[in-house]
Amino acid sequence: MPGTYAARVALHLTDDDVRRLDGGDGPAVRLAMRVVVRLAEALGAEELLDISGAHVDSCLYHGRAPLDFAERLAGDGAAVVVPTTLNVSSLDLLHPDLYRGDPGEGELARRLMDAYVAMGCRPTWTCAPYQLEDRPAFGENVAWAESNAIAFANSVLGARTDRYGDFVDICAAVTGRAPAAGFHLDENRRATVVFHLEGLMPGLLESSLLPHVLGTLVGSVVGNRVPVIDGVPDPPGEDWLKALGSAAASAGSVGMFHVVGATPEAPTLEVALGGRQPDEVVVVRSDDLRRTRDLLTTAVGSDLATVSLGTPHYSVAEIGRFVEALAGRNVHPAVDVYISTGRGVLDEVEDRGWAEGLRSAGVTIVTDTCTYVTPILRETSRPAMTDSAKWAYYAPGNLGVDVVLASTRECVESAVAGKVVLDDAIWTEGHFDG
Amino acid sequence: MAEAPQVQVAGPPSGPVEGVVLHLDEPLSFWGGFDSASGEIIDRHHPQLGSSVAGRVLVMRTGRGSSSGSSVLLEAVRCGTAPAAIVMVEADAIVALGAIVADELYGVSLPVVLVDEAELAELCTGIRVNIDPDGSVRILDAD
Repeated sequence: MPGTYAARVALHLTDDDVRRLDGGDGPAVRLAMRVVVRLAEALGAEELLDISGAHVDSCLYHGRAPLDFAERLAGDGAAVVVPTTLNVSSLDLLHPDLYRGDPGEGELARRLMDAYVAMGCRPTWTCAPYQLEDRPAFGENVAWAESNAIAFANSVLGARTDRYGDFVDICAAVTGRAPAAGFHLDENRRATVVFHLEGLMPGLLESSLLPHVLGTLVGSVVGNRVPVIDGVPDPPGEDWLKALGSAAASAGSVGMFHVVGATPEAPTLEVALGGRQPDEVVVVRSDDLRRTRDLLTTAVGSDLATVSLGTPHYSVAEIGRFVEALAGRNVHPAVDVYISTGRGVLDEVEDRGWAEGLRSAGVTIVTDTCTYVTPILRETSRPAMTDSAKWAYYAPGNLGVDVVLASTRECVESAVAGKVVLDDAIWTEGHFDG
Repeated sequence: MAEAPQVQVAGPPSGPVEGVVLHLDEPLSFWGGFDSASGEIIDRHHPQLGSSVAGRVLVMRTGRGSSSGSSVLLEAVRCGTAPAAIVMVEADAIVALGAIVADELYGVSLPVVLVDEAELAELCTGIRVNIDPDGSVRILDAD
């Protein structure tokens, strides 16, 4: 067994970096800097770069150890030096009764949230920070964690973040520094795998399901390579791109993707590929996508207890589409329907009068968290339906629930009917409004 | 070999680490795919669903999925359900961070070692390997 050990690339640190690392700015900055520097070494970075913002995923409770880390930093007086948003937590602070977990664990989850707020992070509690007003501009270097947010920042905003995990998000926010590696660098942003859509039925092209199943397929093929999708007939909007990225980042470790004609670094296929030949070209047909949907569906039959929507957090436009599809009807009394969204989106939805309408129709609005990361679902022994590939991917493992993945429209019709109602016309026919 | 593999250790071990390989057929997202309380793979789509990674030398080509993987890996270290070491072909920030913070916070070493594709292919499930403090992986016995 050969086991060559290559010498580490020398990491160049500035005088300010060295001061932080040596404890000149206090113990919290020292610890944060050590994490940033050690990650930079592990990634083979040659230097660190300044960041102008951060999105912290570490505020979701996963046990005592990450809490120990946050309280150590906060206890040592850590404070963020760049605008920093917070990802979903384990609790819905606006609707605390929704939490069905262990109360002791809930208290620890709350302590974790408090520690991050004490460090100066904004209590945004959303996995879709790109739906907030202040979002990174094209070319801006940021340190974002949360896989779907990373994919969106790089791909749709043209901002630059590597695929950061927990801990370094807050450490970058506290030091203002991040490794000059990964998607911060031009050479890692070009696509190497082409996905060409071919012969998709108009119904599928219009369905909310398309980016979810396409993203899942793309993610499972590329792993951590950068894909470019060609052949999408109409330039898709942000919600479509959000869905694609979240699915691709769940099924693979996609931190950046291009859609020709829709994402800022892909005006043409050639530009997305950086003028080079792709390593692989994959043709995607309707049958491939249908198989992907079937793989993500674990439930059989029409039994339905729950419909869960809003993963990643629904935008105002997505809630608007749900309201339109519901068309004044109530959901079936035997089905629990949840929509997860951010506080900022909820404010706007309240202003438009939609929130009250949704509640009276029997829909539960969840903020600050998501129904697959914390115990909220009332019933997990019977099937749940979702319009999110990410939810479908993770919920069976996290909650032990069986899922049906479908379009938003199918979810609405099923919620009203009280049982799973699928419209297979999207796979075979022309127009399908959903 | 022509190109020196980028063998790097995210959490340098204080001494050599020895363990039995669990070679994953697909990458694992520690969050959502692994239970830090039991040490088992819980991703229903993962071919090795139900396998325990605790104390094993976990071999996976790349990382996968959620950013929260770092937190779950750290919690596994605290619970004693983490792998003894992780061997990958491509450096992955999410995996590395769990190991780095385990060392910074608890002084516990979880080496994350990079090898090349050929070396990875030799690390079959069930064989015993040694990982030296310099990050080199040595096969001790192969069945």
